[in-house]
Amino acid sequence: MPTLFIPIHMRRFTGGAERVEVEGATLRHALNQLAERHPAVMDEIVQGDRIRPGLAAVVDGEQTVEGLRAPLKPASEVHFLRPISGG
Amino acid sequence: MTIIEQPKEYKVIGTRPIRHDGLDKVIGKAQYGADLKLPGMIWGALTRSPYAHARIKRIDTSKAEQAPGVMAVITGADMPVAEAIEIETGEEVTNLAHASDKLMARDKVVYKGHPVAAVAAADQNAAIEAARLIEVEYEVLQPVLTVDEAMASGAPLVHEDYAGKDLGEETRNTNVADHFRHETGDTAAGFAQAAVVVEREFELTMVHQGYIEPHNATALWKSDGKIEIWTSTQGAFGVRSSVAPILRVPETDIRVTPLEIGGGFGGKIPIYLEPVCAVLSKKAGRPVKVVMDRKSVFEATGPTPGGRIRVKMGANDKGDITAAEVDLYYEAGAYPGSPVGAGAMCALACYRVANARVDGYDILVNKPKTAAYRAPGATQAAYAVESVVDEICQALGMDPLDFRLHNATREGDRRADGPVYPRIGNLEQLQALKDSEHYRTPLEREGADGRLRGRGVANGFWFNGGMQSCVTINVNSDGEVGLVEGSVDIGGTRASIAMQAAEVLGLRAEEVHPVVVDTDSVGYTDMTGGSRTTNATGYAAYLAAQNVIAGMKERAAILWESNADDVEFEDGVFSSKHDSELKVTFKELAAKLTETGGPLAASGSIRQRGSGGGFGSHLVDVEIDPETGKVDVIRYTAAQDVGKAIHPSYVEGQIQGGATQGIGWALNEEYFWSDQGVMENSTFLDYRMPTALDLPMIDAIIVEVPNPTHPFGVRGVGETPIVAPVGAVANAIHDAVGVRLTQAPMKPQRVLAAIKEKNGNGA
Repeated sequence: MPTLFIPIHMRRFTGGAERVEVEGATLRHALNQLAERHPAVMDEIVQGDRIRPGLAAVVDGEQTVEGLRAPLKPASEVHFLRPISGG
Repeated sequence: MTIIEQPKEYKVIGTRPIRHDGLDKVIGKAQYGADLKLPGMIWGALTRSPYAHARIKRIDTSKAEQAPGVMAVITGADMPVAEAIEIETGEEVTNLAHASDKLMARDKVVYKGHPVAAVAAADQNAAIEAARLIEVEYEVLQPVLTVDEAMASGAPLVHEDYAGKDLGEETRNTNVADHFRHETGDTAAGFAQAAVVVEREFELTMVHQGYIEPHNATALWKSDGKIEIWTSTQGAFGVRSSVAPILRVPETDIRVTPLEIGGGFGGKIPIYLEPVCAVLSKKAGRPVKVVMDRKSVFEATGPTPGGRIRVKMGANDKGDITAAEVDLYYEAGAYPGSPVGAGAMCALACYRVANARVDGYDILVNKPKTAAYRAPGATQAAYAVESVVDEICQALGMDPLDFRLHNATREGDRRADGPVYPRIGNLEQLQALKDSEHYRTPLEREGADGRLRGRGVANGFWFNGGMQSCVTINVNSDGEVGLVEGSVDIGGTRASIAMQAAEVLGLRAEEVHPVVVDTDSVGYTDMTGGSRTTNATGYAAYLAAQNVIAGMKERAAILWESNADDVEFEDGVFSSKHDSELKVTFKELAAKLTETGGPLAASGSIRQRGSGGGFGSHLVDVEIDPETGKVDVIRYTAAQDVGKAIHPSYVEGQIQGGATQGIGWALNEEYFWSDQGVMENSTFLDYRMPTALDLPMIDAIIVEVPNPTHPFGVRGVGETPIVAPVGAVANAIHDAVGVRLTQAPMKPQRVLAAIKEKNGNGA
């Protein structure tokens, strides 16, 4: 199952869980699964139909280009990091 | 050049053609913002706050309005009120209310140079004189100028109504805009396994990108409600998407034309003048142009933060790093959004650290809002981490490059902030530096007249972005092509993008004619920055060129009355798979476009992924005058994995430029502040940047570990080379004088004080 890594500042919404394994062929499906267990965390990650500004979803080491539609593999890892500012 | 994997031989890529824009720039014909002249154009000037922190009690514009030649005067009250929402502009997240307030204060000024009013007049001098006639009554407030002052109990608040975040919890009455943490493993257990633990604190001051060309903008608010903007920017589309919500007009009503840019390094991603010029233009009914002076550039644009960094690192007697803790306290400036997030992700990125904790603090101070500067946030962190790594090497008696190679991250390793590395070239570039003639040549320890010599190394990481780009290629009847792109050319990207198209099309680089156009004339393209342009816009050019080839195959098929599937293309020649007599060159076929269906143009667009990141290690020899503390760099070598060097000269130039800026940061550059938050050295005479006379040749070693997500393996180059220099110079100074300098810049008085202290005559 894909693994969602929960940032430290969101763990108060996941009962302290650092990582959560969820079913889901896309990031949206996986987050919906996460929300069933930990509803409050969704507002921290999603705004409307997209990843919240100021947050980047990183799937298997790469920032997603598909947003919530990002495909996930059974062994995928998803991290939620701050977007990178470049010069 | 060290080539790790070479998938195929190229005809254009890897060569060194003359850049397409070179001649115009050399002979002064390139059009920069200050050169722009439009019919009926008038000039604008801004009135700026003399205080770093003050409440605006009253603004009287009456004298300015009566001044000769004045056609418009505005204050914050004339600017639309932007919504307090966050938008993404390229790589950055911008709070619109903050972005608007930064352009023109309404109730309170929060940094010296904060605009409070603006004037448009018939000529530049009239505008400047009228701006001086605007009377502003201030209630001066105590500024907060350092991260420690800002975090102190009872500190004055930069923004009284601002809600900060502490590990996700909302906080009030604070200057700490954000505090976040990355953590992996168990640092206490890791330190318990260590044979050596080093802990130090470091301080840095604000540093500016130091681009030669000042910010400028010209705007025309037309009678049909549409707005035209000409500006010096790293990203025209970012300007459009920032200006539109601030002025509350639809994006499609704004056209932004990027003019040539005289340097940016991240500092020309944010907007400063465009909405002000537009509002002045609306009021005056004419195009309005503003060009900043150097003082305004220093005081009121976006430098990179100073701050304080604590690093604690442990290693066992085998040389394995067992644990690390990093606390980064970065100045955001007067609005939230320092690059501490990136700094936190880069801090330990070069090393395998199973037990790590990194805390980042984004701290409001009464200084200009910080902006991106080449690998933003990474250089500060690397200075601290690489200094501590150096101390551990000495404590363990290990060669500094052997230690870095031993602990170097590689494919499959997990970063402290979580993600696992794809294919990266950290090991390869470190090994290239170790194999360099410079590293293999022992340093003569004493220079002339008793000068002290030392050698230092440091490693650095930057992500190298991908993002969105579009390119259109138009085939001309003479067989050459026009390449239309939206990427502003800062570092030779016209050439590097055109070369990728030329490689696909079987043309010479000179036969591809790149042009950078406005926001109505090409598809959305993110900024030139984040080391992404040769990667992503180059990829878009590759796709556009592939589409041209597909179109040309159809034309050849029409010519030969066959199917496009029967046509193949190699080395600039289309040929039939079934009839070896049927061949036509790209140029010959281009001449027949009219008779085979008409003009041919094709586009490519991409939202490119990242590159896996770029690593670069630097080696520096310094010579120090023990009488004055002046540090001279006498030899410098930098190795970097760039994926694939499309144009090696420009790759070398990027590495040399990054190293040079880093050396300036290490030795001289700083915002020198008064106790009231006034920058005391806001000229290039007093803000000391290195020149060619200050430095030796910087040898660049290009290492090529191809990026698997790019058709030619491009990884990006521009930012990584500024990450390592400050740490490398600090380590070299320590090697020379035996004292660890924990404050940057390591200017002569600090070095001299350290030498005296070591010799026991510090008083």
